[in-house]
Amino acid sequence: MMMNHPLKNPFNIIPGTVITGKWHRKQFKVIKELGSGANGTVYLAQHGNMQIALKMSQDGLSVTSEANVLKSFAKVQGSALGPSLLDVDDWESSKGLFSFYAMEYIEGPDLLSYIKQKGRVWTMVLILQLLNDLAILHEKGWVFGDLKPDNLIVKGPPARIRCIDVGGTTQIGRAIKEFTEFFDRGYWGLGTRKAEPTYDLFAVAMVLINTAYPERFSKTIGEIGQLRDAIRKKTELTQIEDVLLKALTGKFTSANEMRSELLQKISGIDTASAGQRKATQPQPEGRNTTPSGSPAGMSRTALKQQRQSSVRQAKPKKQKKRRVWMETFFIFLAVSFLYFFYILFKVI
Amino acid sequence: MYAGKIRQILLITDGCSNQGEDPIAMAALAKEQGITVNVIGVINEDRIDEQGMKEIEGIALSGGGVHQIVYARQLSQTVQMVTRKAMTQTLQGVVNRELKQILGRSQSLEDLPPEKRGEVMEVVDELGETVNLEVMILVDTSASMKSKLPTVKEALIDLSLSMGARSGANLYSVCVFPGKNGDVEKLMDWSPKLQALSSIFPQLSTGGVTPTGPAIKVALASFKQKRSLRSLLSGDDESSFEESV
Ligand SMILES: Nc1ncnc2c1ncn2[C@@H]1O[C@H](COP(=O)(O)OP(=O)(O)OP(=O)(O)O)[C@@H](O)[C@H]1O
Ligand SMILES: [Mg+2]
Repeated sequence: MMMNHPLKNPFNIIPGTVITGKWHRKQFKVIKELGSGANGTVYLAQHGNMQIALKMSQDGLSVTSEANVLKSFAKVQGSALGPSLLDVDDWESSKGLFSFYAMEYIEGPDLLSYIKQKGRVWTMVLILQLLNDLAILHEKGWVFGDLKPDNLIVKGPPARIRCIDVGGTTQIGRAIKEFTEFFDRGYWGLGTRKAEPTYDLFAVAMVLINTAYPERFSKTIGEIGQLRDAIRKKTELTQIEDVLLKALTGKFTSANEMRSELLQKISGIDTASAGQRKATQPQPEGRNTTPSGSPAGMSRTALKQQRQSSVRQAKPKKQKKRRVWMETFFIFLAVSFLYFFYILFKVI
Repeated sequence: MYAGKIRQILLITDGCSNQGEDPIAMAALAKEQGITVNVIGVINEDRIDEQGMKEIEGIALSGGGVHQIVYARQLSQTVQMVTRKAMTQTLQGVVNRELKQILGRSQSLEDLPPEKRGEVMEVVDELGETVNLEVMILVDTSASMKSKLPTVKEALIDLSLSMGARSGANLYSVCVFPGKNGDVEKLMDWSPKLQALSSIFPQLSTGGVTPTGPAIKVALASFKQKRSLRSLLSGDDESSFEESV
């Protein structure tokens, strides 16, 4: 969520401050602030010989609920679904008690800065990676929710897109917890705010549109008419118009389906403009507006790398059996706990 | 059978009340009846005056609710966030109370280790998805609010989009103050959707005084009326979640 808060950063932790968790007594030495938003402030910190990201909030509930999401991601094998969770604790500071969680530090520029630096050819590679991750996420019963370039960081090399900020991540079927207007289908009058895979795929299309309109734009007439017009004004978007329109109107049944149609589209364009292949080197920004700098000009190496990375997703299955048992156990635990409360509420 | 329900008043204003009952006292009265009062202060680029700010905080504090100051253009996001946050707080209050009863000591969520807290939060999340919600929306239509009203309308329609995605039922009612004839005017009676606003809202006339206290009073009466009507019709008792702090 993008919002200005009168009391944006109540912690104002000075670099060098050592934060000791109230419960687990782990120590984190703050290096600097990474950013802040509606749900708190994120710091870069040192823990042992490791650099980690620490999200601190006045709102203990949001920390707890985001940590819950990250915890359940940890159960997904070989996942790159979000930063991995390292610790959840409270900090008794001189200004009061604050909840925090420590997570993997994902170092790199956000999606738009990366594309600006390295050239448009990277857009498709990264979006294909993202769709891969979303497919796994959806399969596990989650919708990312607050999908936007600010929440997408490109790590590397090799370049790998990663989602941060799971504040909007919602179980499929529930109401989306947090969103940003430009990427929200409800805002455009193109659907509900129920957590469904199509909700994320809409946002992916808007992320693509955002790469061509870095300043974004506001709703005028809204709905598909306005978005279609916006697509048709940019060559790099018209080349994938069908895919975008399908995503915007909720026609894809899965992230994988959108991924393969996108892949098909760009490989098609790739052969059609074979002579215009580009190297995957940083290019001056001005040249990006030429057709060859568009996503169509995606290089073979980039494509190959993408294929490799998707192959790498297929992990060995030896631990699978144990996983299944663990999963069963956890589900059992969760269900009994919920049932306990259910009974409680009925009795009262 | 027990059916929990959350009742809220959402007050949208840009500053100071200047007529009728003390709104902070009215908010306290609401809280006593298990109704939380949330306040959104809408400002233009200029700053809000200190007194107005104090009143906004005071109303939310004594009404056991949430408050937020925003620029008009951020209203949509804020309205849904405040509503959700207040809902979660109320549910947390309920869960806290139950915890105290089970554990037999003065224990609240903060006293639980993070792992246990996470489990409780899952229950709170689940309840937030399924609980029934009733929101009485009070919109300040005094002269200074005039330019912001179209945005308020959009934000309210957007709110019903957000809350409508939950599986629990929602009911809204909308009052404006000052009204055409008198302090408060009911624009829309209890209804599951806010879409109807798009046709009623622009016809608003805006007056000079700001009777915030009387508006909260009318809201309370409306909740009560609704309640007695229901129990008359169905003969059953309605219970509701109450904030416990
Ligand atoms: N794991 C991480 N690794 C590196 N940087 C991070 C990480 N998590 C967050 N950040 C940085 O901190 C900023 C704020 O984090 P985050 O988006 O989680 O906060 P938020 O309060 O949820 O903000 P928003 O208002 O966008 O929802 C991010 O934009 C990002 O730059
Ligand atoms: Mg963010």
